[in-house]
Amino acid sequence: MSDLASLFLRAAFVENMPLTFFLGLCTFIALSRKTGPALGLGVAMVAVMGVTVPLNHLIFNGLLAPGAWAWAGLSDTDLSYLRLIAFIGVIAATVQLLEMVLDRFFPAIHASFGVFLPLLTVQCAILAGSLFMVERSYTLAQSAVFGLGAGFGFAVAVVMLAAIRARLSYADLPRGLNGLGITFFLAGLMSLGFSAFAQMVAS
Amino acid sequence: MAARPSSWSILTDPLIRQNPVTLQILGLCSALAVTTSVATALTMSAALTAVLVLSAALISMIRNHIPGSIRLIVQIVIVASLVIVIDQILQAYLFEISQRLSVFVSLITTNCLVLGRTESFSRHNPPGRAMLDALGNGLGYSLALVVIGSIRELFGAGSWLDWQVFQTVDNGGWFTPLSLMLLAPSGFFLLGGLVWALRSVLPEQAEDPELLPPDRPEDIA
Repeated sequence: MSDLASLFLRAAFVENMPLTFFLGLCTFIALSRKTGPALGLGVAMVAVMGVTVPLNHLIFNGLLAPGAWAWAGLSDTDLSYLRLIAFIGVIAATVQLLEMVLDRFFPAIHASFGVFLPLLTVQCAILAGSLFMVERSYTLAQSAVFGLGAGFGFAVAVVMLAAIRARLSYADLPRGLNGLGITFFLAGLMSLGFSAFAQMVAS
Repeated sequence: MAARPSSWSILTDPLIRQNPVTLQILGLCSALAVTTSVATALTMSAALTAVLVLSAALISMIRNHIPGSIRLIVQIVIVASLVIVIDQILQAYLFEISQRLSVFVSLITTNCLVLGRTESFSRHNPPGRAMLDALGNGLGYSLALVVIGSIRELFGAGSWLDWQVFQTVDNGGWFTPLSLMLLAPSGFFLLGGLVWALRSVLPEQAEDPELLPPDRPEDIA
């Protein structure tokens, strides 16, 4: 149990997707202009990653891993090079499903996402979550916790960045720094802060 | 869409004036993650440019046959197949570097740059022009990566492309490597500085302040 808890903390803070691995930066920067959409993005990330990582774990170990077809007499079939396409397919389907559910039951949230929900399909952090799961050979429970933790870490980071950017309206920045430039500096400072978490979780 | 830009400007615009990394905010994930050394930055740039040009050509060739509603899936499948090929080639011939790039080669699939260009340009243009645009964007991306990679390797390890420029203290020289340069935050700072420098030289790229002070409080919520 404590293993899983520390894995969650690790995925959320020590290995924070946008701030230490630079994953999912496109949406991280583009959707952090205001806190409302940022919060929505964060929630969507938790949902999508919490579903796709364990689902991909099942698919990878059931169909693609070396030896997965041993029961059919094909013990040396290795389909693991197909994992990229399989993972993308699962992610695209999950995002589509989430979009339909939101559209049906929470139209206000759906409207605030605008075009960004379909773009979650090409979110590097989500695909990376599944790839890391394979690379580190997590079990099913571990991969579910890892997915939730990584999504939670992304949500925390993007909401914080949006909150800081909203306060920038009081600052008098050099013209060239407005927008993208200052956002990178903010993300860098946050990244420095998050690197302090590395000492929190016993490795 | 009115005036068709010349082939030359399609190729050269993305180098600096429309640079994908610093202006269009595309392909940032890999731009920062692989720039701890020049060698990985170069490999990554070459892989991405190859995927970009090939996928632009393929998608542009079949652009009149893709139904609009499933075009994203079609594009992703094409890009993913190309990435698998590139990944296998790298593992076969450049195994050491492909280990250092780890999952980032696979992540070219979800690189916003590839889908951004196929979605906004290749879908509406014939193969020749689409490939030129892809090549230009790939080179612009490579330029940004190599600049950041050079700074980080030079000050983080005192070398450039594994060639020792500054003799480090460990080897009896004078240069103490700035290990911060190899960590995540410096990537953000350098890219921020690069954006700032570019926009000081080319003021037309600068953005207006995003939010005005709150006469209308709902703007901040």
